[in-house]
Amino acid sequence: MMKALSAIYTIWYRNVLKYFRMKSRIIGSLGMPFFFLVIIGFGLNSAIQVPGMQVDYVEFIAPGIIAMSILFSSMFSGVQLVIDKQIGFLKETLVAPVPRLHLMIGQALGGATTALMQGILVMIIALFIGVNVPGITGILISLLFMFLIGLAFTSVGIAFASRMEDTHGFQLIVNFVLFPVFFLSGALFPLDRIPDWLSFLTYIDPLTYGVEGIRYGMLGVSQISPVLSFTALGGFLVAMLLLGSFLFNKIKI
Amino acid sequence: MELIQVEQLTKKFDDLVAVDHIDFSIAQGEIFGFLGPNGAGKTTTLSILSTLLKPTSGKAYVNGFDVESQKSQVRRSIGVVFQDPTLDEELTARENMDIHGRLYGMKQRREKIDELLTLVELDQRKNQLVKQFSGGMKRRLEIARGLMHEPSILFLDEPTLGLDPQTRNHLWDYIRDLNQRKGVTIILTTHYMDEAEKLSNRIAIIDHGKIIAMDTPKALKEQIGGSMIRIESPDTGLVADRLSTLPWLTKINAHNGFVDLNVQQAEKRIAQVIKALNDITIDSVALQTPTLEDVFLSYTGRTIREQEASAKDRMRQHRKTSR
Repeated sequence: MMKALSAIYTIWYRNVLKYFRMKSRIIGSLGMPFFFLVIIGFGLNSAIQVPGMQVDYVEFIAPGIIAMSILFSSMFSGVQLVIDKQIGFLKETLVAPVPRLHLMIGQALGGATTALMQGILVMIIALFIGVNVPGITGILISLLFMFLIGLAFTSVGIAFASRMEDTHGFQLIVNFVLFPVFFLSGALFPLDRIPDWLSFLTYIDPLTYGVEGIRYGMLGVSQISPVLSFTALGGFLVAMLLLGSFLFNKIKI
Repeated sequence: MELIQVEQLTKKFDDLVAVDHIDFSIAQGEIFGFLGPNGAGKTTTLSILSTLLKPTSGKAYVNGFDVESQKSQVRRSIGVVFQDPTLDEELTARENMDIHGRLYGMKQRREKIDELLTLVELDQRKNQLVKQFSGGMKRRLEIARGLMHEPSILFLDEPTLGLDPQTRNHLWDYIRDLNQRKGVTIILTTHYMDEAEKLSNRIAIIDHGKIIAMDTPKALKEQIGGSMIRIESPDTGLVADRLSTLPWLTKINAHNGFVDLNVQQAEKRIAQVIKALNDITIDSVALQTPTLEDVFLSYTGRTIREQEASAKDRMRQHRKTSR
């Protein structure tokens, strides 16, 4: 048991260590969420009234933008696995007396942790530009959903990366998936009063439940009940962890 | 005690037989070298022994553990330095060592890291990022890292490939030192004759996935029969014909412009050879004590370099047909 934890911790530690070493990447990836929040949030603040909720538009999208930064950061963290294949470091870990499942879990937790930190930075920005400070319970609920989003989509990233050999290909594929997942998630618009076809797509998008969960934590109100959000996102997380482990286990060197 | 025991080991990739029913055993404390051209099956054999590849058939035991059913115990017994680098260059030397130690569940890492980095003379640079290291330094760091968990066996796949002569000599000293002072059993692959000869107690010459000879370097050279007279001539066929009747000849071998005669006490036979060839054009006559290259040549009829060129052709052919 201790040995399992030690290997998982080691892989997690390496990911976090590398994250803190790349300051430019931390700052750089805050750019897009910041502009989304400030320009779209404040730009459309006066034009849009969110029906059924007593909140400003900028407050409405803040959870969506936090979810976005976690989504991007976690999916792209899979690129580390592709790089590890290229620089040979993956071989070093595969020849260690550690089951592959532990390596995969460590990698997933590492990616999720760095994504969560990215999300927390965006949350701090949101609080600074005037989104109301939620209570301590609210923050904890938000953090829980943020972490679940991070872990689930890091697993998706690992699943893709397990099958890919070059970083450019990985980035193209991830971009192809990222944008529909983000725009269909209800991060930017309310879920009712939209056409049925769009509503359908929104409800099958797993990120929708993540955004709604954070929304409940930060604003105290949401369109989907937090219990349902937690169940849906949790189910998706388990499925993606299984898929990621399965594909990681099949990597040949 | 036999640390490594291999029986009828075979590995096939589609229709290519990379390792073909090989048998060998390696005793504790040996430095054992696999010598052969690129593509001969050396790396494949090492990958099976380090549990990264599954054998198609046959058995292999490392430190008494089965490489297929007792992977974890095998991995704990071995340190591996791969042919291609496997360091994280964005981390420091110390961090690379530390992560390795943690993966192997080690508690006291700090002292061990210092000790090993001192051994490979990198202790002054332990907090530098690996990307600032030279090729030789990276190799030394990989060897130090491979020893971190105190394995009883160290695998070195082409340890000095692409390094300058000075660094190679230096590295050979480390490897010998490790073997003598720490008692680590070392198994290395190489396609350099000098490397195999200088380091190994025993050598297995491997070609087309088969072990064609296995013994100490000295015995291997003696097997092909004393020293050698090498005659360069535009008409090797005629030379070979004329000389093959000489009674004291142990072996004769003609290849691209040269005729090699294996003879006991060759220096005393040169005069007779020249006399026998008095009407044939000879460009040069040389007296040679046998090298491992000659051993390889005598078993395969080709030099390692020739074999390598053809191995590349075969690989290319294989890639084409498998498409």
